[in-house]
Amino acid sequence: MKFTSVFDIIGPVMIGPSSSHTAGAARIGRVARDLFGRQPKWVKIHLYGSFAETYRGHGTDVAIVGGLLDYDTDDERIKTSFAEAEKAGLQFEFIPETANRAHPNTARLVMGDDESEMSVEGISIGGGKIEISEVNGFKLRLTGGMPAILVVHDDRAGCIANVANCLAMHKVNIGHMEVSRIERGLTALMVIEIDQNIDERILSQISYIPHITKVSKINN
Amino acid sequence: MDVLFRNVRELVERAENEGKLISELMIEQEMIISGRSREEIFTQMDRNLRVMEEAVERGLKGVQSVTGLTGGDAVLIQNYIATGKSLAGDLLLDAVSKAVATNEVNAAMGTICATPTAGSAGVVPGTLFAVQNKLNPTREQMIRYLFTSGAFGFIVANNASISGAEGGCQAEVGSASAMAAAAIVEMAGGTAQQSSEAFAITLKNVLGLVCDPVAGLVEVPCVKRNAMGASNSIVAADMALAGVTSRIPCDEVIGAMYRIGQSMSTNLKETARGGLAATPTGKAITHAIFEGGDLKSLLKSRVSSN
Repeated sequence: MKFTSVFDIIGPVMIGPSSSHTAGAARIGRVARDLFGRQPKWVKIHLYGSFAETYRGHGTDVAIVGGLLDYDTDDERIKTSFAEAEKAGLQFEFIPETANRAHPNTARLVMGDDESEMSVEGISIGGGKIEISEVNGFKLRLTGGMPAILVVHDDRAGCIANVANCLAMHKVNIGHMEVSRIERGLTALMVIEIDQNIDERILSQISYIPHITKVSKINN
Repeated sequence: MDVLFRNVRELVERAENEGKLISELMIEQEMIISGRSREEIFTQMDRNLRVMEEAVERGLKGVQSVTGLTGGDAVLIQNYIATGKSLAGDLLLDAVSKAVATNEVNAAMGTICATPTAGSAGVVPGTLFAVQNKLNPTREQMIRYLFTSGAFGFIVANNASISGAEGGCQAEVGSASAMAAAAIVEMAGGTAQQSSEAFAITLKNVLGLVCDPVAGLVEVPCVKRNAMGASNSIVAADMALAGVTSRIPCDEVIGAMYRIGQSMSTNLKETARGGLAATPTGKAITHAIFEGGDLKSLLKSRVSSN
């Protein structure tokens, strides 16, 4: 089931005018920021389908930038996010695409700073609800409705068990988990939905496990 | 995932077998899924209700969207009601004006509560605050109205769609109207089965409704479609309470809505490439807003030429 809570239907409380194009867009921006781990310095925002056709009218542009500045769906500053982004040193560019994606409301955010780069693709499935469909080329399905951690690692035996053990040691319960890899023996990605938000300390412990290259989290 | 209901048939059966209101089943399911207490869930819904009240209040004072394309109609309708000359009747027009008020606030990038979406956010609160004057519900009953709406919206979202880009306006204002109709029936003391009849009757009436926002904005025709949605739900609720039933069962209507949405051209699903958006005036408005034309005189000339 894509929609689990009554508040997916009666809610969110948000700045208008569109739940999928404004609130959903803000959430995609915010989750992308979470996954990047900090505010990026620059971002290229590729828009597909209905997002590409109507983003200006729906405030999709200000909403995504607002999300990247960590604003929630009901934050009044969404309206002035372009000016806020300039103050915060975030450069952005919108690129409407003509290609078709699997979902009509899709945004792909390629972002970075002096240290690293990351790409995150999100879809807005209606009523403000979103899913993250791709991170750094890895296909995945992440709703953003649960706290989650993403672990990029070498595709070696024991990696998954080590991460699971580390979470178990801190009494963090795993609700759902997916592992995907682009090619056998190369890089893989673990997407782990967990029952509660975890702090930086646990995140940093996971990052020290052998063959783990990057760890990011989504709080909820 | 463990849920109490996946479709309307299961929802109604459970309500009848356990002697519970639909709103109660929605609350119980939310408790199971979120692990939160009844009180926490009520508090959050109460907060959403307050956002709806504030939006209507703001809209009834008169708002204007950034483009100037919409705003002020809720006030006109209220003034008209006050003349005592309304043909539709005070309750119906009150719902219409409050639905319009909410959606005008939405178009003006104000704070609203999506029900189920922002483009359709006027219908559920508009009808709620209008029938409130007639039925005198307690605060708890008003909150339950939102849970009942939510139960039906939950089923539509998981079995069809509540997104204009996926299913057209039938999935947005259509779903909202049907959700509201079901909730009105419960508040008026009707049965769970009657709620489902009201839902089916309402949704049937808007099957095939396209999403064709002029200039891609959630303004034209969205604001006035919320008015249509609100009146549609009140009439359907009355019909169901009178004992009228839908020949096509509720879940099958939802299925039909989904398939219709799938077979509609993308030009008619929130791309602003077809329907009203593609009319000469629709295109002129788009040009005026995004390419520096004069929207004010455009709107004025249209008014004078009619």
